[in-house]
Amino acid sequence: MSTPYYVSPEQIRQDKEDFVRRGITQAKEVVVLEFRDGLLMVAENPRKTTFKISEIYDRIALAAAGRIAEYEALRVAGIRESEIKGFRYYREDVTAKWLTNLYSQHMGAVAQAWDAKPLEIELLVCEVGTTDTSTNSGIQRNQIYHVAFDGIYSEEEKYAVIGGRATTITEILEQNYTDGLEMSAALRLITETFQTVEADTENDYEITPETIEVACLEHTAERRKFRRLSTDEVSNLWRLGASL
Amino acid sequence: MLDLDDYGTSDFLQILKRRHPELLAMSNSSDAVSSAHTPEPSLRSYEGTTVLAVVYNAGVVMAGDRQATEGYQVGERRIQKVYPVDRHSAIAVAGAAGPCIEMAKLFQVEVEFYEKTEGMSLSLEGQANFLSHLVRSNLGFAMQGLIVLPLFAGYDLKRQRGRIFKYDAVGGRYEEDDYYAIGSGGKDARATLKKRYTPEITRQEALEIVAEALWDAADEDIATGGPDLIRKIFPTLYTITEEGVAEIPEVTVEELYRELISRL
Repeated sequence: MSTPYYVSPEQIRQDKEDFVRRGITQAKEVVVLEFRDGLLMVAENPRKTTFKISEIYDRIALAAAGRIAEYEALRVAGIRESEIKGFRYYREDVTAKWLTNLYSQHMGAVAQAWDAKPLEIELLVCEVGTTDTSTNSGIQRNQIYHVAFDGIYSEEEKYAVIGGRATTITEILEQNYTDGLEMSAALRLITETFQTVEADTENDYEITPETIEVACLEHTAERRKFRRLSTDEVSNLWRLGASL
Repeated sequence: MLDLDDYGTSDFLQILKRRHPELLAMSNSSDAVSSAHTPEPSLRSYEGTTVLAVVYNAGVVMAGDRQATEGYQVGERRIQKVYPVDRHSAIAVAGAAGPCIEMAKLFQVEVEFYEKTEGMSLSLEGQANFLSHLVRSNLGFAMQGLIVLPLFAGYDLKRQRGRIFKYDAVGGRYEEDDYYAIGSGGKDARATLKKRYTPEITRQEALEIVAEALWDAADEDIATGGPDLIRKIFPTLYTITEEGVAEIPEVTVEELYRELISRL
């Protein structure tokens, strides 16, 4: 019998991280940003039916950078678990924190399994805050959780970015972000940031209403706070933002 | 832990049946009927309700009274019998209150679950057909007297008009072109609708005849509640149009009734 190779846990972890990083660095970015009425989510995504941002439950949305197929499975699983929990207890009992933990446990388990490939994906789990003080969740603020491929997650404030050039984009947002932006101003901030980053690259890629995917969670909405904006709506906001 | 095995299905009911059968009284009802003694079915006594739907030129009005009865007693004065399902449909229920509310809730979750997982709404026809399965799965309970009979209405975006579907206890699905009313006061409401209804009526006309039909049903049927001007409890009315489902504000419903009473 041959002696098995010894590979240190640090090495295994590093290998997996390198493997995932190679995929994620190519992924286009998604930005979630707090604006006056909730959370605005914008992704660089010219496709019209394959989305990177989607509705999970009444107050909760999910955004991802990485492999679409892996995102899709997590998205549907999230909707399913949320609906089951909401059906069993009460709709308000479904929270982003709970959902983030579910994703975190799953992604962590997959990343640690010796015979499985880690998920090449990063998630942002978002929940819009409430102005209604009668809710039993006790949480009024907007929440953004960033879940890495290995399930490690962090709570972000005001804005969060995932994707290849997340660090650069975060740096730009740090300088330009202000509280209480209108939706059109928030959209303008994000698209200008995308444009700045794209301008640094070789190819002359232009950000237009057709090349981005936009959705929002508005605390002013009825039960289902999530709304996907059509290209027309984005164009209108775009014009509004440009005239500011 | 997340279970990714259920990825393929957009059917919430299937998932509940497999993973949480204890949450579904309905799906176990066929067992119940085989083991329990079957009392003389007196289905009518459980249908203490009037709910109705009327097609008008921009969509459909759906409405229901607010009273729940326990035998000869008033069980509840403010119960909801009409529930919005998605942006373009609503369900009204007649029958045993508990199973009725469960069916309406499950149906709403099912349609929303489909919409979110598939990324598009379930067609009105698809919703009507699915409801047929739900009613049939309640057959065991229905045989023991815990019947649920829904009325389903919505705005069909493809056909550009309001549509109404009624059901029988075994899940038979029938479409009505103009109007329909079910529950213990259903027949009385239908009599009024039959006299007052004309095709292509306006929204206001539809609201007026709906209010009058519910008034007549409450007048003839002890298990249907009329407008309660002292407690300010009024029937619930919804319109469903291309723009969506909208509840008629209580003040407007009160006005409708004050106007109706002044004409009596």
